[in-house]
Amino acid sequence: MAGKTLYDKLWDSHLVKQRDDGSALLYIDRHLLHEVTSPQAFEGLRLAGREPWRIDANLATADHNVPTTINERAGGIAAISDNVARIQVQTLDDNCEAFGITEYKMNDAGQGIVHVIGPEQGATLPGMTVVCGDSHTATHGALGALAHGIGTSEVEHVLASQCLVAKKMKNMLVRVDGQLGLGVTAKDVVLAVIARLGTAGGTGYAIEFGGDVFRNMSMEGRMTVCNMAIEAGARVGMVGVDDITLDYVKGRKFAPKGELWERAVANWQTLHSDDNAVFDAVIEFRGEDIQPQVSWGTSPEMVLPVSGVVPDPEQMDDPVKREGTARALSYMGLQAGQALTDIKVDRVFIGSCTNSRIEDLRAAAEVAKGRKVAANVKQVLIVPGSQAVKAQAEAEQLDQIFIDAGMEWREPGCSMCLAMNADKLGAGEHCASTSNRNFEGRQGNGGRTHLVGPAMAAAAAVAGHFVDVRELMSNETA
Amino acid sequence: MKSFKQHTGLVAPIDRANVDTDMIIPKQFLKSIKRSGFGPNLFDELRYLDEGFPDQDNSQRPLNMDFSLNQPRFKGASILLARENFGCGSSREHAPWALDDYGFRVVIASSFADIFYNNCFKNGLLPIVLSKDIVDSLFLAVDANEGYELLIDLEQQRIDLPDGTSLSFEIDAFYKQCLLEGLDEIGLTLQDKESISAFEQQWRKDSPWLFDVL
Repeated sequence: MAGKTLYDKLWDSHLVKQRDDGSALLYIDRHLLHEVTSPQAFEGLRLAGREPWRIDANLATADHNVPTTINERAGGIAAISDNVARIQVQTLDDNCEAFGITEYKMNDAGQGIVHVIGPEQGATLPGMTVVCGDSHTATHGALGALAHGIGTSEVEHVLASQCLVAKKMKNMLVRVDGQLGLGVTAKDVVLAVIARLGTAGGTGYAIEFGGDVFRNMSMEGRMTVCNMAIEAGARVGMVGVDDITLDYVKGRKFAPKGELWERAVANWQTLHSDDNAVFDAVIEFRGEDIQPQVSWGTSPEMVLPVSGVVPDPEQMDDPVKREGTARALSYMGLQAGQALTDIKVDRVFIGSCTNSRIEDLRAAAEVAKGRKVAANVKQVLIVPGSQAVKAQAEAEQLDQIFIDAGMEWREPGCSMCLAMNADKLGAGEHCASTSNRNFEGRQGNGGRTHLVGPAMAAAAAVAGHFVDVRELMSNETA
Repeated sequence: MKSFKQHTGLVAPIDRANVDTDMIIPKQFLKSIKRSGFGPNLFDELRYLDEGFPDQDNSQRPLNMDFSLNQPRFKGASILLARENFGCGSSREHAPWALDDYGFRVVIASSFADIFYNNCFKNGLLPIVLSKDIVDSLFLAVDANEGYELLIDLEQQRIDLPDGTSLSFEIDAFYKQCLLEGLDEIGLTLQDKESISAFEQQWRKDSPWLFDVL
């Protein structure tokens, strides 16, 4: 008999009921909430006169909308200058208070981007089902959890019933064997995977990331990879549990302790795909083939190694692809054949649920150390993913490195990843961004986003244009 | 929830692949704590020549007349014809809310992103997947014929074209039933509350570390 994949195991263990029509009721262990996709769900509960099913399954925080300047943050919610944003952040506080849901408020020590604080606080754990009204919920799959984004109606559904009506996805294995070269990071790996799979290649699948490269990757790196599964169309990204997972989880605030820890570990050690598990699709890469990546277009699949040149739509056979590329080049203000390293950068954003963890900030600081932001770069925002990441970075004096280089050290939040607050691009501005989406207007109306890893973003900041970060690294060792 | 049985309406095209939910409804409008009122900002960055912001009088804004929905021939359209991977990106349910608020009841595309597809059914909006070839032919037909209307029959899973021919489409039994009857999905799930409680009780015994920690 064929073995089970990790996804199969997590699905089976959470299956409350399989219905005749092909849908199923899946039990949800952890429900994460934030201010943008929850207010209508709470309102729905109230209108229907329903109560949350299990309060202690929910954890909320304010992240999408919150300002990131110390001055605006210091005054609390009342000081948020954007009226509409202030009401939304206040509404989350009010709803959590009314229903008794644990919340890390805007300036609490546990606050941060919802996908950073979950693992960091031990609030998301291996073997859990985790949902949140946010497509980057796949991040938590790095722990060996079944995690994915849901819509607001489903937020209400989970609040009311602790279940999700779900249909089982197909299994895909993305296997990267071998080793990554110096200066090649988790972000480069996932961008290379998306380039091959395409932005819809993972639609209908749960992706498991396997092979040497992920086995040797830190938890922060695994989170970066799983985070972007959705950019390949897959709602779920996951990595099997190993010692790296257990070492990461141990001792975290909400992680089990003592005898419960031992019991949990015994359970978690089964959370990997069986050797004879069958996947519906398998995509293989060699780590050695992956180079630092830069996106050039308006979809995460429009990405190339930094040594590449902007593609020529005239060379494309598929008319939809040709037109999409031509439109992307026009929006991005780029010419076919232009070297990616010739693209000048106006702003740099280092942050987001993809790349705002301590390891990301260390990588950026290593490049920034002793260097200055190039004269043509208007602004470099460094936005830690959580208060805990911020405190850790400050303990390591990374903040001083950034400030000395001419960069801005900000308060935790989603910030310029989706530009709901004041952190945004002006029309026509090019941004080296460690975030996850380069859609038209994503970082500001008319803004031009280029997705990169943290070290590549810092390198672009000091060079004033995209540059292979390995060139800066070899200067140091020379 | 709003039910959907049969609908006849004008078709409007949005001729590009990978239309993401940021494009359907940009982030600045997600600050609203309501479910309604997103229609005037549907496709905001494609539709208007200036930058939009919440609580603005949209009737005074300069329109991008190259954008299909602004063309007189597509006024009052309720069926959106789109290309592959429609609704990719962010999970924001504001996207189907905006489509619904504008007046769309159906979106036809050669494929949809998973989360968006799922969100449509919660809002009485019917997403229909047709083959790439058929979608191509519909784009040509819409372009060539002003006032191009379709009749969509969910019960029969059939689309009637103006030339008298019909197309069939696939849809999951569960989704179909929910839309036809306008079912309250939460109410339906809570009919199984004893199964949920029984599962939960056992799960608490098996995995006590998942409970009572927050």
